[in-house]
Amino acid sequence: MGVGILVENLNAWYGSTHTLQDINLHIPANHATALIGPSGCGKSTFVRCLNRMHETNPIARATGTVKMGDLDIYKDASPVEIRRRVGMVFQRPNPFPTMSIYDNVISGLKLNGFRNRRILDETVERSLRQAALWEEVKDDLKKKSGASLSGGQQQRMCIARALAVDPEVLLMDEPASALDPVSTSKIEDLIFQLKSQYTIVIVTHNMQQAARVAENTGFFLNGKMVEFDSTHKIFTNPRDKRTEDYITGRFG
Amino acid sequence: MDFQTRSMRLNNARRNATNYLVTGLSVLATLLVILPLVAILFYLVFKGARSLNLAFFTHVPAPVGQSGGGMANSIVGSGIILLLASLLGVPIGIAAGVYLAEFGRGRALATAVRFTADVLNGVPSIVMGIAIYSLIVMQQRHFSAFAGGVALAIMMVPTITRTTEEMLATVPHSIREAALGLGVPKWRTAISVSLRTASPGIITGCMLAFARVAGETAPLLFTAFGNQYWSVNLNQPIAALPLQIYVYAISPYDEWHRLAWAGSLVLIVLIMVSVTLVRIYANRGVLKGGS
Repeated sequence: MGVGILVENLNAWYGSTHTLQDINLHIPANHATALIGPSGCGKSTFVRCLNRMHETNPIARATGTVKMGDLDIYKDASPVEIRRRVGMVFQRPNPFPTMSIYDNVISGLKLNGFRNRRILDETVERSLRQAALWEEVKDDLKKKSGASLSGGQQQRMCIARALAVDPEVLLMDEPASALDPVSTSKIEDLIFQLKSQYTIVIVTHNMQQAARVAENTGFFLNGKMVEFDSTHKIFTNPRDKRTEDYITGRFG
Repeated sequence: MDFQTRSMRLNNARRNATNYLVTGLSVLATLLVILPLVAILFYLVFKGARSLNLAFFTHVPAPVGQSGGGMANSIVGSGIILLLASLLGVPIGIAAGVYLAEFGRGRALATAVRFTADVLNGVPSIVMGIAIYSLIVMQQRHFSAFAGGVALAIMMVPTITRTTEEMLATVPHSIREAALGLGVPKWRTAISVSLRTASPGIITGCMLAFARVAGETAPLLFTAFGNQYWSVNLNQPIAALPLQIYVYAISPYDEWHRLAWAGSLVLIVLIMVSVTLVRIYANRGVLKGGS
């Protein structure tokens, strides 16, 4: 089951660049939330702060509070624990090139020392079914390298890999931007199905995509969150002039 | 119009000519690289193959004045020294390379290690022999297989460290992020993901280092020393192929010269066989169709 996220006064820096400024936001549980905005506005940095990936960059730092349910992720837990509970799907499919499809999907468990064969087998099947990839790969699970799949299949395998560790939140950083239209629509269908079980945050450049998959949408501009509301409201009747300019294509 | 097509055709002809010229030069350069290796192999077979017989692989060297004898003790001795050198040198070299690439970015210690490795790579092998002589042989008051193995191990480390670092640097950052994003600790990511992805290149580096020290004579002169008799004791002087070849080659006897050629042939073939075996072993289980 998913869990809601409460963000209070979140600030983030890369070196001396202030990439996120005073973000306050409530992301409801078991919904899909889309983040839109022009390139470099801070959306990616924002999601990377939600699983503490931001701090893997040595010159990056962040201040403020991020609460997952009752858990303050910057105070009460280590980054490793947080990342097990908050899965992430990246912009470009990043399969482990030396591993089979099976090992790729199960890598989160195996690399953390989990060895029970039966549970691993079950998890692989469950995750691949959730990611709508099972039928396509079930015959070559251990024969083929994860890197031998097509781009769209690789991305669904990466989603399965994120789901295999049973996260509560799924962060997706432009998950379809490197994919063809057919693969893109498959990923969107997937988001639609997964949001009943997980809290999903999706960064996207594609406003139609945001409108299709997300209940709520946040608009980011120059490191600030300009507006956050129901997707319907953002796209039909935004409060802020800048949001309206962006969604009508006047800049960005 | 006519003029344009003519000039296009001329341009095409020139491009094609340039293409053939550059391709031809590359092929020529490749042949020049292969030529010495093939020439050496042929010459060794020509000079040494006749002296190869069963006794060469089963007997120890014959005393001066007697004919026959072999290099069985040298072949086994070289094997022991190289095994010891690899057991010491490969893990240390790889571990240092992992530190440089995954944990030491921008740290003063990493810069120092990198600089030391590069300097160590340039230290003449005879100097390495003298250094180990004073550090181990002088302390123990006797030559030993162990000292020889340590000398060769130290010579392997810088090559392995730098290759490991460079191969790890070619692993895309996105793959590390994939592992970190799954909640895999950084040390585990470095070992199970980065190192594993870079392993084909790292194995090549280890084999290069191995092949280089396998033929070293100078560092063994002061450490392993050589032995005319059977010995597999790590704490005793031990025979080694390069040492035996050296002793035979500078001797005044024709038969010893022929044995030196045979020993050289065996040394080169053994190096080639072990490198090939490691490659085959390392490529086993690699999945087809990956990029």
